[in-house]
Amino acid sequence: MELSDLFDFGPFFDNFDAILDGFWATIRLSLAAGVLSLIIGTILASFRVAPVPVLRAAGTVYVNIVRNTPLTLVLIMCSLGLNDILALTFSDDSGTTYYWWAVLGLSAYTGAFVCEALRSGINTVPIGQAEAARSLGLTFSQSLRMIILPQAFRAVIAPLGSVFIAMIKNTTVATAASYAEVVTQMKTLLDLPSFTSGAIPLFLGVAIGFLILVLPTGYFFGWLAKRTAVVR
Amino acid sequence: MSGQANVLFDLPGPRARMRHRIATGVAALVFAGIVAAFVVRMDHKGQWAGSLWSPFLKSEVWENFILPGLKNTLGAAAVATVLALVFGAVFGIGRLSEHGWIRVPCGIVVEFFRAMPLLIMIYLAFFLPNKISPVIAESPFGTLQRNLVDYFFSIFGVRIDAGTITVPAFAAVVFGLVLYNGSVFAEIVRAGINSVPKGQSEAGYSIGLRKSGVLLRILLPQAVTVMMPSIVAQIVVLLKDTAIGFIIAYPELLNQAFKGIPPNYDNNILQAGIVVGAIYIAINLLVSRFAVWLEARSRRSRKTSARTMGAGGAPPAAGMAATATATGDD
Repeated sequence: MELSDLFDFGPFFDNFDAILDGFWATIRLSLAAGVLSLIIGTILASFRVAPVPVLRAAGTVYVNIVRNTPLTLVLIMCSLGLNDILALTFSDDSGTTYYWWAVLGLSAYTGAFVCEALRSGINTVPIGQAEAARSLGLTFSQSLRMIILPQAFRAVIAPLGSVFIAMIKNTTVATAASYAEVVTQMKTLLDLPSFTSGAIPLFLGVAIGFLILVLPTGYFFGWLAKRTAVVR
Repeated sequence: MSGQANVLFDLPGPRARMRHRIATGVAALVFAGIVAAFVVRMDHKGQWAGSLWSPFLKSEVWENFILPGLKNTLGAAAVATVLALVFGAVFGIGRLSEHGWIRVPCGIVVEFFRAMPLLIMIYLAFFLPNKISPVIAESPFGTLQRNLVDYFFSIFGVRIDAGTITVPAFAAVVFGLVLYNGSVFAEIVRAGINSVPKGQSEAGYSIGLRKSGVLLRILLPQAVTVMMPSIVAQIVVLLKDTAIGFIIAYPELLNQAFKGIPPNYDNNILQAGIVVGAIYIAINLLVSRFAVWLEARSRRSRKTSARTMGAGGAPPAAGMAATATATGDD
């Protein structure tokens, strides 16, 4: 083989379908985990700002435990621990059940970060805003709906964007939890003895794929944050 | 917190206090139910058996698996932190350069590595040299490749044998951690230097300092105080990310716990995960506490004229730099 063969994109495009399948699996995991982590994070944030001490304590304990645990550990505990040992399965098909455990594990992990982003957003609203709303006679739900949340949501967009970008990148760790996303496909190709010359194009291709996923997400959230920023 | 009004809730009156008491009861019941369901399920599968838990009281389990794993985790984290700080300082200052030919490449490098998943960088170091080195060995660059490995990369344990390079898992993990966290550090350094008021550097120039003098004597000393909490908070992220080394079989804490202990002690995967998780949480809480303490200290500090960056505020993610809003508050 010659040096120029290292940049031969032939083997890469021969296996293009497998790589696209991998990226599609990554996107499916990102979308499902994005929605679910937003739900989990909102519930947790409402716990952490609640006037009820038990809820606050539960939220704090959850966030501190999950934020300080490596994602790899969370995902392996989901697949090997909860699925295999405790036999809490979603379906008889192992592919489906590992997919949903990956979604759940990634959402449980990301939810803690979403919670912290939302909570810091609520804290950016000056207390005078709430006091003014109360003195106008607005009820709790009215002041939440019309005064506080509209301001809090805007302050939250940029940090939420960072959290979601980190989540897209974190989907790669799901390969440790038996979910076949793009890194799993990449590893399969690299293990083929015949794939020697395709390694550089493969890494370039996957890198470009992630740039395509991550950068527009970042620019979108950045644009949205700038557009909706509250001027104080 | 409970006794005072916050932005969402006014001070509770008698009816609200009653409601809160009811909510407390209901929530306590629900949480107790969740815990009970877990305990029952564990019992159903026989996971409370003493033989599954007792290994963690034996010294040989700690000596053979947990402590060596912890040593590898902390070792990789320490080496990666030092190298990432160097990387971050170089590229962070590079991005502030007045020369476009320094600023633009530094910016591209930092934005690229922040957008790349860590695992892909680790795979790159672990698999790529091994795949392509035999081809390079036969080319005119073969001697150069061998010399580079023999005289430089061998520090990290990289070996070359008959033209084929093997990268140890340790080096691959450190490589990935340095590029990713180094890029985050670069953004922290940039934000830190930018947070020093402009008057400081203007004053420096007006007393006749050059660019290097202003940077080294005026900006950096003040910026370091401001950046410390963010840097320590990022070290927690780095420490957690060493666990990704599990995937390429680097014998760190997680790998030892899942691959070392369960095969020898009745497949106690759940128990090993819980014990190791507790160790990670303890270490990270300790480091986070240190970051909070640093932050409080640096807010009181009069050594800097800049506003302290919060420990919780990592710089915005890749692709969002254009709108880098103040991450100063928490």
